[in-house]
Amino acid sequence: MSVRTDLPSPGWRGWLTTDTPRSRTQARLGRAWAGWTTFRRNRLAVAGLLIVAALVAVAAFAPLLAPYHPYAQDLGSRLEAPGAAHWLGTDAFGRDILSRLIFGTRLTLMIVVLVAATAPLAGLVIGTVAGYFGGWVDTVLMRLTDIALAFPKLILALAFVAALGPGIENAVIAIAVTSWPPYARIARAETLTVRRADFISAARLQGASSLRIILGHIMPLCVASLIVRTTLDMAGVILTAAGLGFLGLGAQPPLPEWGAMIASGRQYVLEQWWVAAMPGLAIFIVSLGFNLLGDGLRDVLDPKGD
Amino acid sequence: MTAMIDIRDLRVTFGRGADAVAAVDGVTLSVRGGESFGLVGESGSGKSTVLRAVSGLNDEWTGRIEVAGAEQGTKRPKGFFKQCQMVFQDPYGSLHPRHTVDRILAEPIAIHAMGDADARIDRVLRDVGLGPAFRFRYPHQLSGGQRQRVAIARALVLEPRVLLLDEPTSALDVSVQAEILNLLRRLRAEHGLTLVLVTHNLAVVANLCDRLAVMNRGRLVEEMTVEELRRETAREPYTRQLLRASQGYDRAVAESFRDYA
Repeated sequence: MSVRTDLPSPGWRGWLTTDTPRSRTQARLGRAWAGWTTFRRNRLAVAGLLIVAALVAVAAFAPLLAPYHPYAQDLGSRLEAPGAAHWLGTDAFGRDILSRLIFGTRLTLMIVVLVAATAPLAGLVIGTVAGYFGGWVDTVLMRLTDIALAFPKLILALAFVAALGPGIENAVIAIAVTSWPPYARIARAETLTVRRADFISAARLQGASSLRIILGHIMPLCVASLIVRTTLDMAGVILTAAGLGFLGLGAQPPLPEWGAMIASGRQYVLEQWWVAAMPGLAIFIVSLGFNLLGDGLRDVLDPKGD
Repeated sequence: MTAMIDIRDLRVTFGRGADAVAAVDGVTLSVRGGESFGLVGESGSGKSTVLRAVSGLNDEWTGRIEVAGAEQGTKRPKGFFKQCQMVFQDPYGSLHPRHTVDRILAEPIAIHAMGDADARIDRVLRDVGLGPAFRFRYPHQLSGGQRQRVAIARALVLEPRVLLLDEPTSALDVSVQAEILNLLRRLRAEHGLTLVLVTHNLAVVANLCDRLAVMNRGRLVEEMTVEELRRETAREPYTRQLLRASQGYDRAVAESFRDYA
């Protein structure tokens, strides 16, 4: 008699999907696995994740992947069309566009990470504090947010860069300073929906401090929509950074920042289209990747979808 | 026996000026230590508001509230919450959706720095009839009755002397209601708890309480023992009407109802 193999043999999959986890780690991993299963069902979101993963990989291994040095000039072969020697052509100084794009991923990633690590965090703190305490705290913080929201984003960023001096770090600061208000709004709205919930009352009745309630009970419920919003906003951040670069206020030459590369290709755009089109294409693909990823994350994280 | 909870002339008003509504209008009552006391009334009678004022959730009240011999202000010291805990009506709303049972129960232990969290969580889970298998589940993996048991465990983990229950069974199936009531009766005996139960369901009161007070429109209409409730020897006409209403719907009875202000 053969051994029955159709038993609900658990293995690691069963360990992850069990109804009775035996440890904190198992419960957490099980939850993550359930999220991944939902995410995986959305093909486009997986494509977005692959694009973003590729961006990270290219940034990490840029020196190995790039065929030329990004600053290496070859004035003999300037403005060459895409071909065997230079797959994406060369720019006005004969620099290899592909190599510059590859090194440019590092700048793009740096901008994305720095903005994602500051603006949503500031918005989260301001929004949850305003929403939880209400009253004059709410009034003061939200009027500040209103004022910040009333400025046109790019113009305010321009003003900041003009005051601080051009450069990629200042561009990041300018973007972060101008992009926190929507996050504060979202975090406050989420806070208002849960602030009167019984589980918050229960936490208060256990003697939990306001700090503990905001950090441990309210923020985890706001984080999901903020992550989704941040991912969707990343495309805009990349475009704003590119816009600042294009206007000459972001990354300075010879840095291979994609927006600055488009700007330098502008004067040849009719005859040597690849100089501006290739970095434009790179911005397009990466922005699309973040948008698709954000859509997929919304399916997984948004508590309203439960 | 001394009073565990003593309330004198409690008033709670919502709104201001012309819109002001007196939700609780001069309530005085006293609950002895170890007693199980029911607070009964129809929706909007102010019974839950009394409970929220006692628990410290509502801080817009006047009068005098004493719990365990200490007079309480509107802001409660941390130690108060070790004396007095509350269980909410809706177990679907009273557990944090992103916290495991383990985290829910570990939090009060951490707040009060009681230590020995593992053993305490294990004990309290057994106490409410949930095994260790439930410890690392999320609320969405639990049924309504199991959630209410977790909510009761959360209240008990601080080892309080007073348990305030706000309609603890009205959001549950009838069969689960009985389980939860049995659990509460057993826990009360084992831990020597003082219970204050708010409900509109007289059967629940008869099942769990020794004494009850009837509220209508923010006022205390009548206090009686459960024996008197069973014998239906209510003095006040409003209480008699409430008793008739609880016996089920009857057109003749419904038409005889009138407003008692």
